[in-house]
Amino acid sequence: MDTPILEMRNITKEFPGVKALSNVSFSVAQGEIHCLVGENGAGKSTLMKVLSGVWPYGTYTGDIFFNGELQSFKHIADSERAGIAVIYQELALIPELSVYENIFIGHEIGNGFTVDWNETIKRANEMLARVRLDVNPATKIRDLGVGKQQLIEIAKALSRNVKLLILDEPTAALNEDDSENLLNLLREQKAQGVTCIMISHKLREVLAIADTVTVLRDGQTVCTLDAHKGEVTEQVMIKHMVGREIDNIYPPRVGHQPSEDVVFEVRNWRAYDPALGRTVLKDMNFKIRKGEIVAFAGLMGSGRTELALSLFGNPTHYQISGEVYVQGKPVAFGHPREAIKSGVAYLTEDRKGNGLILIQDVKQNISLANLEELAHRGIVDANAEIKVANEYRASLNIKTPTVAQKVGNLSGGNQQKVCLGKWLFVKPNILILDEPTRGIDVGAKYEIYTIMNQLVQQGMSIIMISSELPEVLGMSDRIYVVSEGRITGEVPTAEATQEIIMQMATN
Amino acid sequence: MFIKDLQRILKQNIREYGMYIALFVIMIIFTIATDGIFISSRNISNLLNQTGYIAVLAVGMTLVIVIRHIDLSVGFLAGFLGAIAAIALAFWKLPMVVVIPLVLVLGALAGLFTAFPVAQLKIPAFVASLAGWLIYRGALLLVTASTGTIIIANDTFNAIGNGFIPDIPGVEGFLPGVHKLTLLLGLAAIVLFVISQLNDRKKKQSYNFETLPMNVFILKLVFIALVLAAITWVLAGYNGLSWTVVVVLIVVAVYHFITTQTVLGRHIYAVGGNPEAAELSGINVKKITYVVFASMGLLSALSGILFASRLQSATVTAGTLFEMDAIAAAYIGGVSAAGGVGNVMGSLIGSLVTMSLTSGMNLMNIDIAYQYVVRGAVLLGAVIFDVATRNRGK
Repeated sequence: MDTPILEMRNITKEFPGVKALSNVSFSVAQGEIHCLVGENGAGKSTLMKVLSGVWPYGTYTGDIFFNGELQSFKHIADSERAGIAVIYQELALIPELSVYENIFIGHEIGNGFTVDWNETIKRANEMLARVRLDVNPATKIRDLGVGKQQLIEIAKALSRNVKLLILDEPTAALNEDDSENLLNLLREQKAQGVTCIMISHKLREVLAIADTVTVLRDGQTVCTLDAHKGEVTEQVMIKHMVGREIDNIYPPRVGHQPSEDVVFEVRNWRAYDPALGRTVLKDMNFKIRKGEIVAFAGLMGSGRTELALSLFGNPTHYQISGEVYVQGKPVAFGHPREAIKSGVAYLTEDRKGNGLILIQDVKQNISLANLEELAHRGIVDANAEIKVANEYRASLNIKTPTVAQKVGNLSGGNQQKVCLGKWLFVKPNILILDEPTRGIDVGAKYEIYTIMNQLVQQGMSIIMISSELPEVLGMSDRIYVVSEGRITGEVPTAEATQEIIMQMATN
Repeated sequence: MFIKDLQRILKQNIREYGMYIALFVIMIIFTIATDGIFISSRNISNLLNQTGYIAVLAVGMTLVIVIRHIDLSVGFLAGFLGAIAAIALAFWKLPMVVVIPLVLVLGALAGLFTAFPVAQLKIPAFVASLAGWLIYRGALLLVTASTGTIIIANDTFNAIGNGFIPDIPGVEGFLPGVHKLTLLLGLAAIVLFVISQLNDRKKKQSYNFETLPMNVFILKLVFIALVLAAITWVLAGYNGLSWTVVVVLIVVAVYHFITTQTVLGRHIYAVGGNPEAAELSGINVKKITYVVFASMGLLSALSGILFASRLQSATVTAGTLFEMDAIAAAYIGGVSAAGGVGNVMGSLIGSLVTMSLTSGMNLMNIDIAYQYVVRGAVLLGAVIFDVATRNRGK
C-alpha cells in the first residue's frame, strides 16, 4: 500500500486508575477499509475518541499524523475540519428535523446569516443519491428506520468532503438486508477514494469487507492482518481477540454443587420496544436452578440488559409476551416492586445512572429497596437502619468512614458493594447481576466474586450478565450466549472456551 | 482553636447556615434603618401573620421541587378555594367545622388533578400547572363574578388569620402586658429543642458519626435558644402567639416529621435524588408524584383559608403571585432544582426572608417598583449562592 493517510504512534491514554490505551500504534492506508476488532473494553472506542478530538490533544500521549501532518485536535470540530467524520452507535441525528436539515446541520448552506433552503434541498438530494437512499428529503428523521438513519449519517459525513470515515459498530442495530446494503455502500465509497475505519463485532462482516484488520486487546495493539495476503480468518481474529490466559483471579468454589430444582424459568419470552419500533427479544427460553451461577454472555447491545429489565417488572415498558415461573409458579410482574416481593433482584449495569442515589448516604442507599422492613407504622427506625447498614458494611467490606458518608464520595468498587448490599437486604432468591464488575479494580472484583460464591452456597441463584469472557468462564456453572435478542447457545462452563462463546456471540 | 473550628464548620455547612445568616442580616439592617420599628412586637407579630399563607405554600412547594417538578397553579387555587370557603360560610351557611375539611379535601383533589397529566402522560409539570393557573383564575373570577368581594362574618373563622391564643386565666397580675402562655410555650420549645439536640448528638457519637466539636455545639445551642427566646419575648409583648403562627408551626412540624422520619418521606427524596434508581428499587414513582401534588393542593387550600380569614373576605384577586412567592421562598430556603435536596425548615426561613424584605421595605416607604427589583435580586443571589456552594457540601 502507498503512504498511510493516518498514522497513530505510541498512543497512551489513562483514566483515573485505568490505562485504557497503552502505547498503541495504528496505521491506515489511503483508500482502504480498515476494520478494528477486539473485545468490549479493548480500547477501540477510546482510540477513535482520541483520534476525533473527543479526548483533546494533551489528555493523551503519542502522535497522530493525518495526511502526513502532525495533528493536535482539541475539539471534534478540529478533526472534522481536517476531514475526519465519526459515526457513533448512538446516532447523532435530531429526530424532529427533516433529512435535509440534518444533513447540513452545523454546515448550513447560505450567506452566513440566512439559509438557502432551495440549494440545501438540491444538495441533499445529491447526497441521498450518493448513498442510494430513496426518501423525500423533507421527511422527518423520526419517521425513518435505523437502517436509513445510518445512511443519512453517512450522507452527512460525505457532504463535508470527508477523507476518513469512522463507523463505530454501524450494523449493530441493523437487520441483514440493511447491513448488506451498508457494506455495499462502503465498498462504493472506497472506490470513490474515501478511506474507512470500521469497528465491528460481527466477524463475518469484517471478513467480507476488510482490506486490513487491526486487533486490539486490553488497550494494546495485538496485530495487524492483511486480508489480501489471506491472513484474515475468523479463527485467527478470535484467537488474537481473546488470547489472554485466565489467571487465578477467580476464587475457587469448593464442595458446592447446584441442585436440580429449577427456581426460575422463562418460556417463549418476547419483547417489542415501541419507542425504537423493533423487537428486542425473540423467543427466549431458559431455566435457572437453585444454587447456580448462570452467565449470560454476549456482546454489548445483544439484548441481555433488555432481557433482565423486561423480567424485572418491565420498567422500560416493552410490550412483552411469554411465561415466567418463580419456584414453579407463574408470575407476571407489572412493577419492579412486585419482582422484588417475589424474591427477584436486579443489580443494574449503570450504578451511577440508575443504581444509586449519589447525593444520599450509604445507609439510605442500602435500605432503599426494603425500607418497610425497617419501619413500624410507616416510621423508619433510624437505629435499625444504621445497624443493618453497618452489617452490610462489615460483611461486604465496604470501605467508608461511616455509613453516613454520601455514596458519591466512594470509589467505584465500594459503590458497587453498596448496590449489592441494597439487593442483599431484600433477601432475594434470584439475583440478577448486570456487569457486576464493570469499572472496578481487581481487588474489589475478587471480593465481589467471593461474595457471589458465598451467596450460591447459601442457596441463592445468580444470573450474571457479563461481557468479559474470562469472568464468564471463571465464575459460572452454565452459560447462555445471547446474540441479537436471541439465545444462540447454551453450554456447561466445563465444556466452554472463549472461542466457542465468541463464535456463538458473533453469529 | 475555637475560632478556627467555628470558621471551618461555617465553611463546611455554609449551605445550611447561609439562609439563617441572611435572615439575621436582613432583620438587623431593617431594624437599624427603621429605628427599631421593624423589630417591635407589633411589627414582628404582623410579619409572622403575613408569612403564614406563603409559608404553608412554600412547604408544599419544597416537596414538589424536590421531586423535580413545579406547581404554578397554587396561587389561584388558594384564591379560588378561599372564595369557596367564603361562599360556603356566607351563602350556604355551613358551619366552619364542615367548611374547613371540605375545602382541604377539594384542595387535595385539585392536586391529584394536576398530577394526573404529569404522572400518567409525562407532561411537564410547568405546562400542566400553567393550565391549572389559568383554570383556577377563571374559576375564581366566575364564583366572585356576581358578588365581587365576599365578606365573611364568621368570627371564629376570621380568628384563624387575625386572632391570638388565649392567655392563662387568673395570672393577670403577674408581668402585666406580657402574654404568659406564649412565654411558657416558648420556654417549652427551648427545652425540647435542647433535649432533642443532646439526644441526637449522643446517638450520632455512639455510631461514630461526625458531630460538631463540643464548644461549637454549645455555641449553636445557645444561639438558637437565644433566638427562640427573643422571638418569644417579642411576641409575648404584643398579643402573644397568633393562631396563624400556631397553624404554620403545626404544618412545618408535621412535614418535618414526614420528610425525615417516615418511609413516605424517604421515598419522596429517593425519587427526587434519582427517579430511575428509585423505580428500579421498587418505589412507585407515579404514586409519589400523586401524593406530593395532592399535599401541595391540600396546603394551597390551607393557604386560601388563612388568606381569606386574614382579610375576613374573599376577593377577586386573592392568590395573585402567591405561587411565585412560594417558589422564591423555597429556593431561598435551599431547595435545589436538580432534585432530591431541600427541607421544609429551610423553606420556612425562606418565607420569612421574603416577607421580612416586603415588611421592612414597606416600613421604609420604599416604592413598590424598587421592592420587586430588590426581591428579585435577593432570589437571584440565593440561587447563585446555592450553585456556588453545591460542591462544597459534598
